[in-house]
Amino acid sequence: MAMNREGRGATAPTATAPGAPAPAATFSGHRGLQYDEPLIFEQGQPGRMGVDLPEPQPIAARLGGLGRTQPIDLPGLAEPQVVRHFVRLSQKNYAIDANLYPLGSCTMKHNPRLNEKVARLPGFADLHPLQPLQTVQGALGVIDEVARWIKLLTGMPAVAMSPGAGAHGELCGLMAIRAALIARGDPRQRVLVPDSAHGTNPATAALCAYEVDAVPSNARGRIDLAAFKQKLGADVAAVMLTNPNTCGLFEDEILEVADAIHAAGGFFYCDGANFNALVGRVRPGDLGIDTMHINLHKTFSTPHGGGGPGAGPVVFSAALAPYAPLPYVVHGPQGFALVEHDSGRAFGRMKAFHGQMGMFVRALTYMKSHGGDGLRQVAEDAVLAANYILAQMQDVLPPTYPAPCMHEVLFDDRDLKDTGVTTLDLAKALIDEGYHPMTVYFPLIVHGAMLVEPTETESKASLDLFIGTLRSLVARARAGEADAFHAAPRLAPTRRLDETRAARQPILRWTPPSPKQAAE
Amino acid sequence: MRYLPLTPTDRRDMLAAIGAASVDELYLDVPAGARLSRAIDLPDHLGELEVERDLAGLAAQNLAAGAVPSFLGAGAYRHHVPAAVDHLIQRSEFLTSYTPYQPEISQGTLQYLFEFQTQVATITGMEVANASMYDGATSCAEAVLMASRVTRRKRVVLSGGLHPHYRNVVKTMTGYTGFAVDVATPDVTGSEDLTARLGPDLACVVVQYPSFFGHLRDVTRLAQRCHEAGSLLILVVTEVVALGLVKPPGAMGADIVAAEGQGLGNALNFGGPYLGLFAARAPHVRQMPGRLCGETVDADGKRGFVLTLSTREQHIRREKATSNICTNSGLCALAFCIHLTLLGGAGFAKLAAINHANAVTLAEKLGGIAGIEVATPAFFNEFTLRLKRPAADVIDALAVRRILAGVPVSRLYPERPELGDLLLVAATETTTTADMDALANGLREAA
Repeated sequence: MAMNREGRGATAPTATAPGAPAPAATFSGHRGLQYDEPLIFEQGQPGRMGVDLPEPQPIAARLGGLGRTQPIDLPGLAEPQVVRHFVRLSQKNYAIDANLYPLGSCTMKHNPRLNEKVARLPGFADLHPLQPLQTVQGALGVIDEVARWIKLLTGMPAVAMSPGAGAHGELCGLMAIRAALIARGDPRQRVLVPDSAHGTNPATAALCAYEVDAVPSNARGRIDLAAFKQKLGADVAAVMLTNPNTCGLFEDEILEVADAIHAAGGFFYCDGANFNALVGRVRPGDLGIDTMHINLHKTFSTPHGGGGPGAGPVVFSAALAPYAPLPYVVHGPQGFALVEHDSGRAFGRMKAFHGQMGMFVRALTYMKSHGGDGLRQVAEDAVLAANYILAQMQDVLPPTYPAPCMHEVLFDDRDLKDTGVTTLDLAKALIDEGYHPMTVYFPLIVHGAMLVEPTETESKASLDLFIGTLRSLVARARAGEADAFHAAPRLAPTRRLDETRAARQPILRWTPPSPKQAAE
Repeated sequence: MRYLPLTPTDRRDMLAAIGAASVDELYLDVPAGARLSRAIDLPDHLGELEVERDLAGLAAQNLAAGAVPSFLGAGAYRHHVPAAVDHLIQRSEFLTSYTPYQPEISQGTLQYLFEFQTQVATITGMEVANASMYDGATSCAEAVLMASRVTRRKRVVLSGGLHPHYRNVVKTMTGYTGFAVDVATPDVTGSEDLTARLGPDLACVVVQYPSFFGHLRDVTRLAQRCHEAGSLLILVVTEVVALGLVKPPGAMGADIVAAEGQGLGNALNFGGPYLGLFAARAPHVRQMPGRLCGETVDADGKRGFVLTLSTREQHIRREKATSNICTNSGLCALAFCIHLTLLGGAGFAKLAAINHANAVTLAEKLGGIAGIEVATPAFFNEFTLRLKRPAADVIDALAVRRILAGVPVSRLYPERPELGDLLLVAATETTTTADMDALANGLREAA
């Protein structure tokens, strides 16, 4: 491995070995910079606040007798305590700002800070969604401009901007398909979904009352075209195909899939979660798709925020465009207008207002920063990085499917067999090495799956260190250090957590200790 | 390109390691006709200065609500957000982390979700709350779907006081799965009686509190009647700050609370991202949509938190999941959690009291103007005015004078000309006496 380890100490395997002394107990409960932080409910006291508010004007209440009779049982903390609490919590989190985040199919790339700054301009952040349209022309212009970039990058004629995330976008796409089929007098019953698909695909199809029919994958990790064709029929509404798929592979028979579904009178839904591999290099519109969602929080780098918010605009072919949901922006005689009510064919409304404006501003900032040239480079570098990891790992951990991959590379646990080390153990050992694990046990079709997505925002040195780490872990697993793996992580803020117990006796909120417990 | 660390040399070395002559060889699985040989016709990349100038130009074309007297509500409310909130949510470790799938290195996110769930359950008076939904409207639709799972029934009654956009999202989300959605006529004064619509086939009644028109109504009796019929009562709250002052939904017998949490910690953002709150009764927890964070212990017996009951969710249950939701509104939930932590119970109550006091003061000022009638008998921080002319015209006239006077009901009910003279007006803690006087003067002249 070409890797500069100069100045790096040994990774001290003894520290993770079984029977090694536990870290010294401390009086404070803290350990160095790792703070033991109680819940806010265990810190608050009555009579304290983190805000100063004026006394309300004296009035005769007009609550219709519906005033609260009980005080609100939430703790009082002053601002310094609140800031310290949340800073300490933050320090228990892994983040892309701290290190490579190889979570497959999640596209954890750098989140430019300019995007955050621009999204906070009062001219965007301080706009009410129902202001008169003449006071929000710039905001409507942002929505229109993001839509224009998306249409050009995907080669599709229309886009619905309101869905709030990827799964919401899937729902939008499938509902448009359902509406179009109903308009044709042919609602149909079945949706075909490959067995490698993300769980949101079948869950979405169910919300549209479709029966989900799983299509097997072939030995090459792609949709089995023959099996797919066999399942086609006059009752098939759509196929939902992820491309590149969740094995990190381009669906190389996608044109045949498109032709076959269209010949059967159905529609082609493409899951665009992995668009980062294609942006600027391949337009989904050239692949015969009818509709696809784009995760702005993946390809266009709006931050994941620990689980959202995202945004999931959905592109449509000309056949589906009339069924796109409300509201949408149009060019009117007095500038931009917003169609919020429609007696036409729109299938409905997906959110209270116009979509994730804060995400649109960030995405547009990202798009303009990269330009058409930079976005193409994004896809190329993302694909290059994943293939580089594949190439550098394959002698010790062969990929599940032969090269090339797209923007992510899939491994499995075949080569860990008989070591006593599972995919989960390897993932937890990566934590002690300072890495967030890759996506594990997904896709479901591969045993002990490990899906690695480095993204384009890693330097070669960063990729090399990750590769070196992964190689060393595989070597240690083969060297019989299974016990150390089972004990991992030992260096994280917590050890392995008991998820079975959490599910068996769910404790989903804090409750005050009973007087008996409090007395103990 | 400032965001791409690979140098031309790196790329060459990496291609050599891969054994490819060019990156084109990595795209050979793409059908030949679909490989773009050159960049799409879009502008080239730009520096920070140029991009910021460009976007700031678009921002400058908008009238920020905080720059002028503003009285808009109808499901989105302008509140003061303490400076610490936005600072803390921009901590790298919160902003740039993913969903907490690896709990050992996600305790920060998981602990605040546990605190958030506790806060939401506390202020709604419910037993359990989830880790958030996209917004109040999708929360409402998910509540209806959940009520149907719990009752195994598919008829739904929507109050005439429900936000029309929420109504439409419910109709959309239930549109293809055999639901019957029975919508009551718009209920400006809160006088509707829904009991005649109850029945043994009814899954749930959905009532907004305070209503879209601002009205506050006790639903205790309605909840009892629902329960006698084996149906659930869903309460929708679009202004979460109200819960600091009014009787909590749980105390009136609500089975599910679906709320918009934007009002705490989150900016107006032209409608998104917002924060769907979802709270329910403990016996129904396994029918809830979305993520749930639960307490457990680690291998050393130390308290920790994990995502739990995931057998309800799409990544495990696929087409049998309780919802298709995956990404939610995590960072908005954090903002909510920090703001409510700064307030505490006493501060939250006081904030709500200020909102109500300002609204009452405003209602008294405006109600005294000839030709204007306050149509809402009991309210929190928003009420309906009946004018003598179309409210939309008044709004446009006052916008020219740089006053955002409220939301004309016709914007949401264009199909109901009889509601054309109604104007929704909201006051919050940000509303000053000068703002109120500006609106009163404006309405005196324009209405």
